[in-house]
Amino acid sequence: MKEETYRRPVAGQDHPANLSPAYKSTVSRSPSRPAIVLPHSLSEITGPLLREERLDSVENDLTRRRMGEPLGERIIVQGRVLDENGKPVPEALVEIWQCNAAGRYHHPGDQHDAPLDPNFYGGGRARADADGNYKFITIKPGAYPWGNHHNAWRPAHIHFSLFGPAFATRLITQMYFPQDPLLAFDPIYNSVPEAARARLQAAFDMEATQPQWALAYRFDIVLRGRNATPMENT
Amino acid sequence: MSRALTPSQTIGPFYFGTLANAYRHDLAMPGVAGERIEIALTLHDAAGAIVPDGLLEVWQANSHGRYNHPEDRRNLPLDAGFEGYGRASTDTQGCARFGTVKPGRVPWPAGGLQAAHVNISVFARGVLNRLATRLYFDGDPALAEDPVLKLVEPERRATLIAKRDAAGVWRLPLYLGGPNETVFFDC
Ligand SMILES: [Fe+3]
Repeated sequence: MKEETYRRPVAGQDHPANLSPAYKSTVSRSPSRPAIVLPHSLSEITGPLLREERLDSVENDLTRRRMGEPLGERIIVQGRVLDENGKPVPEALVEIWQCNAAGRYHHPGDQHDAPLDPNFYGGGRARADADGNYKFITIKPGAYPWGNHHNAWRPAHIHFSLFGPAFATRLITQMYFPQDPLLAFDPIYNSVPEAARARLQAAFDMEATQPQWALAYRFDIVLRGRNATPMENT
Repeated sequence: MSRALTPSQTIGPFYFGTLANAYRHDLAMPGVAGERIEIALTLHDAAGAIVPDGLLEVWQANSHGRYNHPEDRRNLPLDAGFEGYGRASTDTQGCARFGTVKPGRVPWPAGGLQAAHVNISVFARGVLNRLATRLYFDGDPALAEDPVLKLVEPERRATLIAKRDAAGVWRLPLYLGGPNETVFFDC
């Protein structure tokens, strides 16, 4: 019998609770009943691989999507997509989106009184290589205010979307910058169990920094891995 | 070497327009085998208010019951022009629509077949973890024997079963909480 193909996250160890009242939107948007544990059938161990998706050559360079160079601090964000067993997730499609250097999203719902940058759109995609390595060139996103509580500001962050090999491995997360003083006050970052929070911070990477051009940050992403003893015989 | 999982975070309200390809709501190119169907999912919060800033994703087998994925090694046809994946934002009415073909039945690990279903992922502002659920089809005689529905208390099963409206659209309201809270799965 083929089930439990992917390791299950331990509750309270890695992911936030659905209901994290300090983040007010969760109050009306979090299921109150426990999720029903589903044995892993083909429906859960398959998933979109998006291998046919054609990426144009500059989709991973968010500074080259428009006519000119966007304003802000140019940065390199790179890392690996791995699973819990430390194995690379080859050819994973990595999608990111972020606000501009002033803290404003290219989105009609963003009413923050900060300038839009005609040269920055904020979305990018990259395909990891066979070893799970991905790379983006972008600008450092600004902090932005939000309505969660009095004087609420989101720390600078980049949103990340990953599919991994299966429906069960789908992940959407956010990457933060090290030593950001706003992290201590952010209910979204702090919804994550304390011991796991640092995993959402990129590491400054002097080695990958390019002289006269851009600072670099490393952000490795770890998706669910297969159970150690595969119960399949192929 | 074992590595610790990257924690989940909300998609937030501002993905649309910046997340490339937020619309892939037509799953089946012309000529793909199977019964053409339209699915309309409406997302509601615990108070019943519509959620106009959600992102819904679907993943399904083709009409022969085959997933377009290397793990599905059964000798069934793969259809060119059908990947089985779709993504759509909810609109101002909280609704996300998909055009697809009705999925075939897929096996259950302990034996037998599951009833035809579409796998759904729900993302939204205020939703910190991806919520996974399923859509089944009202009137399908296989519902009675579906092993996943059997895991669900009988009075909550209806939250997973889409109904066909007068125009032939399969409609399923999804509730993030409240008295009609959708059944979500740890999958
Ligand atoms: Fe954001």
